[in-house]
Amino acid sequence: MAVVTGRPLPDRTFFRGGAAALFWVVAAAVPLVFLGTFFAWPVLTLLARGVMTDGALDLSGFADVLSRDRTWRVIGMTLAQSAVGTAAAVVLGVPGAYVLYRCRFRGQGLVRAFVTVPFVLPTVVVGVAFRALLTDGGPLGFLGLDGTFTAVVLALVFFNYAVVVRTVGALWARLDPRLEQAARALGAGPVRAFVTVTLPALGPAIASAASVVFLFCATAFGVVMVLGGVDYGTVETEIWVQTTQFLDLRAAAVLSVVQVAVVTLALAAATASRRRQERALRLQTDSLVRQPLRLRPGADLLPAVVTAAVVLGLLVTPLAGLLVRSLRTPAGWSLDNYIALGTTGGANALTVTVWEATANSLRAAVDATVLAVVVGTLVALIASRRPRGRTAKRAVGLVDALFMLPLGVSAVTVGFGFLLTLDTPPLDLRTSPILVPIAQAVVAIPLVVRSVLPVLRAVDPRLRQAAATLGATPGRVLATVDGPFLVRALGLAVGFAFAVSLGEFGATSFLARPDRPTLPVVIFRLIGRPGAENYGMALAAAVVLATLTATVMGLAERLRTREATG
Amino acid sequence: MAHTATRLVRTGVVAVATLALTACTLTGNGDETAGDGTDSAPAGEDSSAADTEDGGDSGGTLTVVTHDSFALSEELLSGFEAETGYTLETVAPGDAGALVNQLVLTADSPLGDVVYGIDNAVAARAVGADVLAPYTPADQPASADAYDLGDTLTPVDMGDVCLNVDHRWFAEHDVPEPQTFADLTEEDYRDLTVVTNPATSSPGLAFLLATVDEFGEDGWQDYWRDLDANGLKVVDSWSDAYYVDFSGSEGAGERPIVLSYASSPAAEVPESGGEPRTGALLSTCFRQVEYAGVLAGAENPRGARAFVDFLVSTPVQEDIPGQMYMYPVDDSVGLPQAWRQHAPLAEEPRAVDPATVDANREDWIAAWREIVVG
Repeated sequence: MAVVTGRPLPDRTFFRGGAAALFWVVAAAVPLVFLGTFFAWPVLTLLARGVMTDGALDLSGFADVLSRDRTWRVIGMTLAQSAVGTAAAVVLGVPGAYVLYRCRFRGQGLVRAFVTVPFVLPTVVVGVAFRALLTDGGPLGFLGLDGTFTAVVLALVFFNYAVVVRTVGALWARLDPRLEQAARALGAGPVRAFVTVTLPALGPAIASAASVVFLFCATAFGVVMVLGGVDYGTVETEIWVQTTQFLDLRAAAVLSVVQVAVVTLALAAATASRRRQERALRLQTDSLVRQPLRLRPGADLLPAVVTAAVVLGLLVTPLAGLLVRSLRTPAGWSLDNYIALGTTGGANALTVTVWEATANSLRAAVDATVLAVVVGTLVALIASRRPRGRTAKRAVGLVDALFMLPLGVSAVTVGFGFLLTLDTPPLDLRTSPILVPIAQAVVAIPLVVRSVLPVLRAVDPRLRQAAATLGATPGRVLATVDGPFLVRALGLAVGFAFAVSLGEFGATSFLARPDRPTLPVVIFRLIGRPGAENYGMALAAAVVLATLTATVMGLAERLRTREATG
Repeated sequence: MAHTATRLVRTGVVAVATLALTACTLTGNGDETAGDGTDSAPAGEDSSAADTEDGGDSGGTLTVVTHDSFALSEELLSGFEAETGYTLETVAPGDAGALVNQLVLTADSPLGDVVYGIDNAVAARAVGADVLAPYTPADQPASADAYDLGDTLTPVDMGDVCLNVDHRWFAEHDVPEPQTFADLTEEDYRDLTVVTNPATSSPGLAFLLATVDEFGEDGWQDYWRDLDANGLKVVDSWSDAYYVDFSGSEGAGERPIVLSYASSPAAEVPESGGEPRTGALLSTCFRQVEYAGVLAGAENPRGARAFVDFLVSTPVQEDIPGQMYMYPVDDSVGLPQAWRQHAPLAEEPRAVDPATVDANREDWIAAWREIVVG
């Protein structure tokens, strides 16, 4: 069970009163300043360009843009894609969380790491991999899915499956199994015990995962562009078109406001459902409760079959297609495409070799991860408090919602906003390489918060009260009660932040300097050039990116397991 | 209790390690940044010394704003740096459309000194927004006159966006290859063509403009209706069309007619030599011309002018085909052999006046969407 130290410490004045208050002020200030500077200010500046005419507020754009049929078609398509995509990811992901985090079987660590790979692949590669399978004449062409709504939804599930599995799994692994066992002992069937005991306990994690997935779906860009073709434009793709192609900032601003409204409503709904369900759970700090996978009907057969079908059918197939094609060259099967990664491509398609770009990606990812984990953990610590006062309660709720917004705002808006705001010293960062990790961290912070928060929230507040009553200072309560839970959740947070940063393309493509491109940027560039050599290199580089991600996630996983059993 | 203590120590260690890592990487990155500025910038130590010692007229940084396809040989760029004493820095904030939009947005606080990569479909917007300062290189090649767009833009290179066909497919199916726009609406060519979306891809826009040129401002809509009815496929990006749907390149696509470039066949020559497996339909080409210009409010206008001169100099013009898949604007420089043999430019390319494009682009794309998307 969780650690409660009973003995008062000699330095009990340390961190008391003023010091504790100071800690929380700093804890709140760091994230606010960071996201204020690198998110709110740039975004609001760009939006202001869209709604201000000659220094006066001009809202006529709203009436104009909202009276277009196309706008409503685009909004409807966004909601439909996000709702169906989220529902499918949750329905398929919950059995996956059970099989991969609650049970144990040989090779589980590998499978866990593998399911995260799709999440960080650059969308342009995934789009081509999916389309190569689904197009007329492709291996799955007979399904007739190319350019359909179903194809877009499948790809959204492909990307977001890991979010549900990992977020729900992290909580499930620590859920005290005795509650469900008690229900079973009292005569409930496995389904009834699951529905009445386990499912409600998982509620917060499911709501949390669903809200993140909904945001990802509602702001999905590359995958919709490639797979949906012209028929399935969403608010996000429309903002991109209006901003980068037409420079119609008025229309882009209106659409951004619509997007934020949709996202805010989704978050509010998620928060409300989480509130209803939230309770202190009986958590184990050590995940020693995993049981062997039992492959018989009535036991784990159904979730195991569902998970195997998703992993093999939806995740392995496109990735295997990618791998196979990366080994194909005009001269037959060979490793030439991989050998070429040490070059700058056919006719010097690149400014650096793919390996140099990989090093750039790793460097940026380390910095982005540190930024995101520090800021995200502080946000999670604040949002997990349960103050008594009403205003304080509201403030905590607001913090929680506010820091999810970066997921709901288009990368184009943030990227263009940077150009407008970060142009004067000391923040003259427009051409600085540090902008890339900063932009990636902004995207990763909400994921860190979502990974850490459910675990912190589920800590029984009575533990904190008991520790305080027994004389522990607030700092010591934090270190000894929250600390052990935090450390375990951090493995997941670090893994996610690193993976997101490695794969981030939207903002990076605007900000990366040509002499320091990241791996997704060079993949995009290679695939945009004619010639078998460049195409083969793009696929090989995509395989490298996928392998890198799987390795990083596997390491994060091991780190966490060792911590948890140590 | 001992257990707890161990755990506390471990937590502490993790925390300290994290902090150390933070400091370490961020500084590392900072050093790296400084290092990279000099290491990867071709002129290396010399120019960085110039940078610090005399930030005056003959030294300092020159920031080139360009699109994401910019590339020139290292030797040429380092030669420029050595000759002028400037340290080159490039920023590439997206494709040609995004590039111009960013320049317009940042007109009050320019992103750099000189821009390369504004094309004729977006040129009028840049000129209209006054983001460029007048400059014409003294030795601008005579063949560039045909693409003159006023005294702020200097033509550097060009390329033709054309339909490409898969020779083998047509031979195997015993169907004659199409020759004109009108052919594509014939029954013989039903379900055979894939193009890109003009709202999201620059070749897509070029192709739409080519049809405007062919059928007139009031006639292209009917043509697209017929194309759509004849099983046209529209995808969002060039790579998607060329590598997935097209039968003549890497993908095992089903469609033998794709929107690409006049230079693409040169990349499809088999390694064993011989004829390329694809060809361009030269009657369908829209000419894209790329321009350079000095940015208004540049911190280093002298360097900016030197860079424009550099771009139209013979060595750079010769370097362009191999690096950027574009044709030099100077018709007196030699082309690579594969280009001479397999990638001729159209003799009478399609064109639409840039000002007309700028005035109508959004309306045309909206109309196009109504027709093709419905």
